[in-house]
Amino acid sequence: MTESRPDKYMGQALKRKEDPRFITGTGQYTDDFVLPGTLHAAMVRSPYAHARITNIDRSSVDGMPGVVAVLTGEDVQAAGIGPIPVGWLLPDLKVPAHHAVAQGEVNHVGDIVAVVVAETRAQAEDAAALLAVDYEALSSVALGSAALAEGAPQVHDDVPGNVAFQWEIGDEAALNEAFNRAHKTVKVQLRNHRLIPNAIEPRASLAQFSPASREYLLYTTSQNPHIHRLILAAFVMGIPEHKLRVISPDVGGGFGSKIFQYQEEVIVLLAAQKLGKPVKWTARRSESFVSDMQGRDHESVAELAVDDQGKMLGLRVNTVANLGAYLTLFAPAVPTYLYGTLLNGVYKFPAVHARVTGVVTNTVPVDAYRGAGRPEATYLIERTVDVMAHELGMDPAEFRRINFIQPDEFPYQTPVALVYDSGNYEPALDKALEMMHYQELRAEQERMKGTGKILGIGLISYLEACGLAPSALVGQLGAQAGQWESSLVRVHPTGKVELYTGSHSHGQGHETAFPQIAADELQIPIEDIDLIHGDTGRMPYGWGTYGSRSAAVGGSALKMALGKITAKAKKIAAHLLEASEEDVEHEGGVFRVKGAPSQSKTFFDVALMAHLAHNLPEGMEPGLEATAFYDPKNFVYPFGTHIAVVEIDTDTGVVRLRGYGCVDDCGPLINPLIAEGQVHGGIAQGAGQALWEEAAYDEDGNLLAGTFMEYAVPRADDLPHFQTDHTVTPSPHNPLGVKGIGEAGTIASTAAVANAVMDALWHECRIKHLDMPYTSEKVWRAIREARGGMGQAADD
Amino acid sequence: MNVTVTVNGKAYTRDVEPRTLLVQFLREDLGLTGTHVGCDTSQCGACTVHLNGDAVKSCTVLAVQADGMSVTTIEGMGTPADLHPLQAGFWEKHGLQCGFCTPGMIMSAAELLKHNPDPSEEEIRHHLEGNYCRCTGYHNIVLAVRQAAGALRAAALAEQAADD
Repeated sequence: MTESRPDKYMGQALKRKEDPRFITGTGQYTDDFVLPGTLHAAMVRSPYAHARITNIDRSSVDGMPGVVAVLTGEDVQAAGIGPIPVGWLLPDLKVPAHHAVAQGEVNHVGDIVAVVVAETRAQAEDAAALLAVDYEALSSVALGSAALAEGAPQVHDDVPGNVAFQWEIGDEAALNEAFNRAHKTVKVQLRNHRLIPNAIEPRASLAQFSPASREYLLYTTSQNPHIHRLILAAFVMGIPEHKLRVISPDVGGGFGSKIFQYQEEVIVLLAAQKLGKPVKWTARRSESFVSDMQGRDHESVAELAVDDQGKMLGLRVNTVANLGAYLTLFAPAVPTYLYGTLLNGVYKFPAVHARVTGVVTNTVPVDAYRGAGRPEATYLIERTVDVMAHELGMDPAEFRRINFIQPDEFPYQTPVALVYDSGNYEPALDKALEMMHYQELRAEQERMKGTGKILGIGLISYLEACGLAPSALVGQLGAQAGQWESSLVRVHPTGKVELYTGSHSHGQGHETAFPQIAADELQIPIEDIDLIHGDTGRMPYGWGTYGSRSAAVGGSALKMALGKITAKAKKIAAHLLEASEEDVEHEGGVFRVKGAPSQSKTFFDVALMAHLAHNLPEGMEPGLEATAFYDPKNFVYPFGTHIAVVEIDTDTGVVRLRGYGCVDDCGPLINPLIAEGQVHGGIAQGAGQALWEEAAYDEDGNLLAGTFMEYAVPRADDLPHFQTDHTVTPSPHNPLGVKGIGEAGTIASTAAVANAVMDALWHECRIKHLDMPYTSEKVWRAIREARGGMGQAADD
Repeated sequence: MNVTVTVNGKAYTRDVEPRTLLVQFLREDLGLTGTHVGCDTSQCGACTVHLNGDAVKSCTVLAVQADGMSVTTIEGMGTPADLHPLQAGFWEKHGLQCGFCTPGMIMSAAELLKHNPDPSEEEIRHHLEGNYCRCTGYHNIVLAVRQAAGALRAAALAEQAADD
């Protein structure tokens, strides 16, 4: 315990404690686990977007090498397995049953029709490919607005008109009044197209069942193992929760896609129970494309009104949100409470009103994907704000500046329910403008006119709500879960410490950041502290990692548990020092008597005595261990300004992302290295949507981008060097003052890059708006058309 | 059929199905799970290893094609106590988050540095276009490779000086 330690770990850019295993190839991901006698499952997936299953001929795979079993929807029903529930209910929500294996009808390409279990993966896949299934194809629909059209194919009989919900927020009368006195209004139709998360580790699950104890073990790729355990045990399998242990080991990225309860997890548990052997399934990437929950997919109309001073008066939004074939865990919340409530942005809007229609279609379900609703809101606001700035002839930065909520106005009640905790938007804007030499860029933009290259500068000022969430509030809004977090701190007799959290790290660096918090509180070296997560058998209850909640909620729970440890430790130290507790201070790594610095006890002395219990204060329980549950009082509200710079070749339409700079404010940083890394990755994902990525379906629901050959994930040579900086405005309501930074980059960058492309096209040829992604073909055509359709017929 | 492959300096003989991919052979037959599979179309590069010294995507090589050849995987690059400069570079520059693409990234970058000891940012980005990372935005990966390149050049100079 005498090792040297810095005065403060929080705020230091420490190398990550978890990295040695990853850089030496000794990380342990789900597919790396091997249990003796494991069988392998392969899914038979629907090639149709919508069809009735008329026959499954099990005999078609009889006698094939290694085949052990074929499971169908009938077997799932016979086993009493329930449908996968929705975790967030809205008023009058229509919820079509989502079965682990289809029961009579398939509703999207990739829906699971049957399962083949065999001794090897190759044998299972061979047989799955040959299993004879007869379908009667039904008419299908893929686009949200098309599903709402008169006479559109019905996806589910129990969802009339394909409308799962209708939802609205804001004062419509006040908004109409604001528009009546507007000096100018703009109206923009926006499509926020669908994305596929594509974490690089495909999903995988390995299940084991012990008949004697009737206990299940599930290794699975999860961002929230307790949520999986709760849903699987209580809702789907109908078994006691403690009979299912869910381990989510190293997980290769999630971005939301590993939050949800998936069909395959139910299937391997059922198969392991029925067959008495462990059963494993690992997704092929081609399966990920048609089975991982997808993101975004909004069609919106936005209208913005301003007065004659350029002050914003109101925003009117009408959105059709495509939910896909089934409603999954958080699906109803994403385009409503994580979107509609964010539509005020960073501006002083007197009125905002939004109407959202949630629609089912014959496509893969849509749920939370990095940012979840907030990128959609930011894109809508910031794109519309730029259209208005262009039409007013105002600089986009100045138009934003005059409309910002001011720092003395917090907490700030918006017209769409949220109360912003803290903010100071102008310094982040100024810092970003300076960082990117904004005025020089504008001058360069002018100079480049007529050169065959056009420069676009895209600027956005975002705000997001994260740190999910105050439990009572989300309960009122329909959440079927709490949103607090827990932490257990266990001090061993030697003074070494294990931290347990319900948060889960799948790239976010918790194994470093959480010990940084603890090392400061306990005043011991960080080397003496380890974080344990991802195992329902070891941790207290928790709700996992999504919504940028780990630092703000999980970190706060940890801070509270640490407070209990230090309070008890101080009592023990005072007792050992024969001093009153008030006279003992905890500084420089030791407990000492004020004014008598020679009398001190180390953390080790205290930890040892807590366990030996030879000399403890009268009535004190032995041990040094504490659990805390933290329920946040509000969301936290990170913000910032991002600036993207693109260059467009007018002859080819090729868009090059030339530069990117941002200033984010997520409160105090626990580890700047990790925080910056989160921003970098977020920028790349958001830029990917603006420029390349699209989960394109044809109108019948066939996924046209079904592999990495058609779906363009950003590569190293697509992206520039990023410039990042931050301002610090602490959250006033959590004990660390931290906000969240996991999603901010993505929330901001799609809109920033889109605005950059449209800034270029506005300056070159007055194009008001184009939908993303800005492929070279789309940009080239738009430029040609805007210039008067020169040569279009000949080229077509 | 029998194949004999030398992996990280040790010869292994195994009876494999002809369709067994090199990556399956490494992961399933030899238990070397540091090499990962991220796609089925040879785009993502998570499975990159060295085959007779050249970087290959081991999901696109049959185990039987590697018969008699030598393979280096991430497990053969270095240990926590004795890291390869690329491993150290990725650690120091935060060139990884979830770690899933990292082994392939390191193996691919090692090939670059073998042929180009002082690559520019542009050359690094171009070389790594066959390796997907969804977490880092590649920013810190570029920094990690540059740092490793510097360390390797310094080590080579020191070795040369010792020889002189």
